[in-house]
Amino acid sequence: MMAGIIFVCSVVFLLQFFVSYCRSLIAASAKQALSQEVQDFTGIGEKPAAGDDFARVLQFLHMCPDNPEDRARIQAVGAYFRMLNLVRSTVAKLAPALRAWTEYERAQCTYFAAVALERRIAVSRDMLAHQLDA
Amino acid sequence: MVVCAIKKGAFRRYLILNLYMAASVIVTLGRYRVLHQYGISSSEYCYFYYYSDALLTIFLYFALTSLYAHVFSDMDAHRLVRFGAVGLLAGTGLFSYLVVQQSNARMITHFVVELSQNLYFVGLVLTYVLWAAILKMRESRTQLIQLVLSLGVYFSLFAATYALRNLFPSKSGLFAALVQPIGVVLPLAWAYAFWRLSSNDRVVPARLAVVPQ
Repeated sequence: MMAGIIFVCSVVFLLQFFVSYCRSLIAASAKQALSQEVQDFTGIGEKPAAGDDFARVLQFLHMCPDNPEDRARIQAVGAYFRMLNLVRSTVAKLAPALRAWTEYERAQCTYFAAVALERRIAVSRDMLAHQLDA
Repeated sequence: MVVCAIKKGAFRRYLILNLYMAASVIVTLGRYRVLHQYGISSSEYCYFYYYSDALLTIFLYFALTSLYAHVFSDMDAHRLVRFGAVGLLAGTGLFSYLVVQQSNARMITHFVVELSQNLYFVGLVLTYVLWAAILKMRESRTQLIQLVLSLGVYFSLFAATYALRNLFPSKSGLFAALVQPIGVVLPLAWAYAFWRLSSNDRVVPARLAVVPQ
């Protein structure tokens, strides 16, 4: 009985902490502007970021050399995005306000992925420049 | 994580957090040595594992109270936080003692295991209270917020795992295997917070809340 209550409380707290933590990661990247190159790649800039573009931006991201520095953050936001998809396809169908919120959050996830792409391109360029110098 | 904090000049600011991480590295090395010497099924390894885990959990509990001191630094509430933390720790210890009192054999061992589990849950509740205080007081330091939130994720994952182990004792081994990947969460998140974020970075905390403020 006690273990059951602790488990339920832990899961509820976990969800709250996880969502807030992911939003703090996303908020840090929301202030950064995208370069023209990444805007051309992703199409973000001409039109605002949309949640449906997340998978496509992630594919671009995986084409770049892996960067251990941002791997955990991308995985965390990826898990958050999947959770938003689950909410969108279930309870959000009944509540329009919740649907609008999930759409906004999914779009923020896409922008986060685009900023991560920008960073990975910059890191790859630096590595290439170092190799050419050597 | 300690290296990141030193490089970014945050070692002294978050001294107890860094000392906790350094202690957990030393304990992990100690565990490896005992494991190598006596084997995984030995009672020596079992004792060393659970006793060191209890000590680390108490250390992490004090690391959490140091985060309270950061959030309430303007209110000069250091003494209140310290007394509250020691009182709650003593209360958790007494509760754990009362729970295992019935057990005749290896009571101290049962006590340390029970204390660890209870402290994870108490730590989780305290982290939640701290997060509520951050939202209420509009604390905007991004680094501090991320340290608190990642600690909340860590405590809740551990508390949930321990609860599942108690709910399904027959599958205890399966849940025990989760401890290692969960254990990586906190060093990674804290290392990121120290490495990537400056102490001057700010965020509007109300924007992070699940329930709009």
